[in-house]
Amino acid sequence: MFDKFQNNDRMLMLFFIFLVLAGPILLAPFGAGYPDLLQRFCIFGIFAIGFNILFGLTGYLSFGHAAFLGVGSYSAVWMFKLLTMNVIPALILAVIIAGLFSLLIGFISLRRSGIYFSILTLAFAQMSFSLAYSVLTPITNGETGLQLTLDDPRILDAANTSGSLPSTNFFGLTMNSTAKFEFFGMVFQFNVGFYFCAVMLILAFYLAMRIFRSPFGLMLKAIKTNQNRLNYTGVNTRPYTLAAFVISGMYAGLAGGLMACTDPLAGAERMQWTASGEVVLMTILGGSGTLLGPVLGAGFIKYFENIFSKINENVLHGWFSFLPDGLEDLIVWVLHFFVGKGWHLTLGLLFMMVVIFLPGGLLQGASHIIDWIRGKKQSSSTQISNPNSMPAE
Amino acid sequence: MSILEVQNVNKSFGGLKALQNVNLSVEEGTIHAIIGPNGAGKSTLLNCFIGKLIPDTGTVNFNGQSLLGMKAHEINQTGVSRVFQTPEIFSDLTVYENVMIPCFAKRDGSFCLNALNRVKSEAEIHDKAEHMMEDVNMADKKDMVASSLSRGDKRRLEMAMCLAQDPQLLLLDEPTAGMARADTNNTIDLLAEIQNKRHITMAVIEHDMHVVFSLAQKISVLAQGTVIVEDLPENIKGHPKVQEAYLGGAH
Amino acid sequence: MDAILLQILNGLDKGSAYALIALGLTLIFGTLGVVNFAHGALFMIGAFCVVTLQKILNLSTVAIDPTKVDFLGNPLKVKTPYIVNWFGEAAGSAIINWSVPLAILFAIPIMLLVGYVMERGLIKHFYKRPHADQILVTFGLAIVLQEIIKACYGANPIPTPAPEIFRGSFDFGVWIGMAENAVIYPYWRLVYFAFSALIIGLVFAFLQFTTFGMVVRAGMADRETVGLLGINIDKRFTIMFGIAAAVAGLAGVMYSPINSPNYHMGMDFLVLSFVVVVVGGMGSLPGAVLAGFTLGILESFASMNEVKGFFEAIYLPSIDQIIIYLVAIVILLVRPRGLMGRAGVMEE
Repeated sequence: MFDKFQNNDRMLMLFFIFLVLAGPILLAPFGAGYPDLLQRFCIFGIFAIGFNILFGLTGYLSFGHAAFLGVGSYSAVWMFKLLTMNVIPALILAVIIAGLFSLLIGFISLRRSGIYFSILTLAFAQMSFSLAYSVLTPITNGETGLQLTLDDPRILDAANTSGSLPSTNFFGLTMNSTAKFEFFGMVFQFNVGFYFCAVMLILAFYLAMRIFRSPFGLMLKAIKTNQNRLNYTGVNTRPYTLAAFVISGMYAGLAGGLMACTDPLAGAERMQWTASGEVVLMTILGGSGTLLGPVLGAGFIKYFENIFSKINENVLHGWFSFLPDGLEDLIVWVLHFFVGKGWHLTLGLLFMMVVIFLPGGLLQGASHIIDWIRGKKQSSSTQISNPNSMPAE
Repeated sequence: MSILEVQNVNKSFGGLKALQNVNLSVEEGTIHAIIGPNGAGKSTLLNCFIGKLIPDTGTVNFNGQSLLGMKAHEINQTGVSRVFQTPEIFSDLTVYENVMIPCFAKRDGSFCLNALNRVKSEAEIHDKAEHMMEDVNMADKKDMVASSLSRGDKRRLEMAMCLAQDPQLLLLDEPTAGMARADTNNTIDLLAEIQNKRHITMAVIEHDMHVVFSLAQKISVLAQGTVIVEDLPENIKGHPKVQEAYLGGAH
Repeated sequence: MDAILLQILNGLDKGSAYALIALGLTLIFGTLGVVNFAHGALFMIGAFCVVTLQKILNLSTVAIDPTKVDFLGNPLKVKTPYIVNWFGEAAGSAIINWSVPLAILFAIPIMLLVGYVMERGLIKHFYKRPHADQILVTFGLAIVLQEIIKACYGANPIPTPAPEIFRGSFDFGVWIGMAENAVIYPYWRLVYFAFSALIIGLVFAFLQFTTFGMVVRAGMADRETVGLLGINIDKRFTIMFGIAAAVAGLAGVMYSPINSPNYHMGMDFLVLSFVVVVVGGMGSLPGAVLAGFTLGILESFASMNEVKGFFEAIYLPSIDQIIIYLVAIVILLVRPRGLMGRAGVMEE
């Protein structure tokens, strides 16, 4: 189903826009139609799209991308504190600062490739984390995290007399205002913050698509398959990888800025290695190097994180109450390790499963199944595989 | 006029002297073969041309410009392309994309941040790439993934990639190694045709004497790291020094 | 002078831990060509072997002692560990007291087994996969192991005290003829350093003087050729993985009194150990040890008040937190191969 869209960019784009904008309606039946989760889909979608520009195209595996996300969040919150609660300046600053930061880190890390590169980015992210956590407390407010206060200057905004913290807005449209509709017993929520994030996601997706289809993107793919040949073809690979690194860093900064827009605080835990690992997982789960894959992966992970975290032992007992008592207790006892606070265990297992059994991600897995079904139908027809129909495109 | 001028090049690895005072000059528009027994230093010499190795002493001048100390991509941008012994291609990409990349590299230089152009709408690149693939008779395979090609096709693809850059000097490292006789003859015809049509200077390392004598206009014989003879093909055949190098001093 | 000595001594224990983990990482990387992101988890599992043993030793019978009452007048529950019941009061409490050193014996078979299972069950299938896949799968494994430990033992650090005679400090300065109270040093850290030096020595001796070690060294230099000689290199590599796991585990066992075991200690040490490996030079065993101690001592120097003050004056506060990274950056910029790295390792 997806490979059809992959062939036709315009169709793919329209399909994507529809999917995103209709999100609140489409996802409501799955219990995922509320603004907070929908915003997270978009934000992590952007994060994963950006990561995929680096990893999916050039094959450079960075373990430090959460650092750029964190930097974006801090920059945005500072903009809310100092200048205005309007989200646009905050996002611009977030992208610029994350870009500069990734330029610095990329410049050093990209001196090496392969495992060295992964280790270096991991070390840099960990360094940024410990900087944010303790050393740079004046800027990051350390353990507590950076928050808005009543006496922030906010020089562009009118004086705040309400006595409560102002909320983020897009030229007067408040981010957390929501319109609710009930329809056939289901509640549909249309939230300003979500639609703002959705538009950003669509723009981010469009830009990624242009990069994928550009000569620049072609060079990045060439770096992944044979860097040597590219050098002997007169191409200097370093600036290409650095550009990809910075672009994906800016995507991460945008995602971090949007996080601050929907909830104006920033903490160091966003920069931890687990957060970096999560975006890697989203990308490979969806299918690295594909356009839609990372967004699907991000949605998948965030959706199940949301569901799994909510399940507790009582819920499990409810599910398995039809079983005999002893068996029920046993199953619940086993399962309770994987749900609620145990979500990270599930995440880790999922990580291993995907790498072991599905290295091409969900999209490739789906197309294998489709091919397999088709192959059964027309078993004898030997056809030369048409590379244009491969989802890895 | 000589396009590539190599003077007094020395290179040693530890105690092993791979190249000793090598002198070589490749005339513009000719096919120059470099032959020699195994371990004579042919590949080392080629690697010194493309920046993979840096000679200990000596000069390598291309069109009067020194290539020493230049990075691989800079050397290539001055007009030197190389076909490797085992084909170096972009195996995950399609044949067509493989050919397009050098076309872009030729046009855009070593780096160009054209992230918002569309590959689709680059008409001149497409023209050139199509043309190249017809030249090497691979137009029918343009949508295949490069890794699924046969070995001979991979080599032809690599040749097309090098030619797409309109190089002034094409270096070929054993272009027919491991090929069947028919394929070898095809390659000979292809190289001869390229030379006729485009007048590209070529330096060829080759084991197969059949190839060497059907193509080369000049031959350098390398033995134990030095050029022992540099002469026209007809003078090489019966040359006593060459026989000695190959047959180990047969009298 | 004594301040410098003290900092060197203080750096030794962290340096030993870095060196031991980096040694294992390098062994695995050098022999199997795999970068093991789960290696920190092995260190952590070692530390939790101590916790487990401590728990087992403290399994108790609960008896109500009617002769004793608490302040409300209820009879008091008295816990008596089985060990005490079996071996008598003196021997039983001595065993509990010495649970950390005893855990070495307990940990060795466990770590070898964990290493064996990891290699045969998972890593083996990834030798021919791209490096990115190896990193990702071991990364996932690290998360899983860490979360399992968290589920079993909780998120809080569990104190595991050293044997009583090693608690407290002694006057190291007097030993070497300096003034009294000049260099006060905790006993256990000295024990830890001596233990690490012993392990490092054993590993090197093993590689240097046994046939097995020779084959492994040859394998590190050129795996394919050794395979062609008809030597079953895979089996030896499995054993090597087990040994590397045991080294990391023992490092964790002995480190547990210094830093109470918690579930994220593995990852904290792993990141720094990677930096150590990179600084030392990928694939170089002496490089890993040298860089481990150097960075440990540097870190300890950076935490001196004078040094901190100096860096604060040039707007680099808390230099001790980031010194290792800064040094790593400088070394990589100046000498990308690391201190003792060979050419051609990981440079494809």
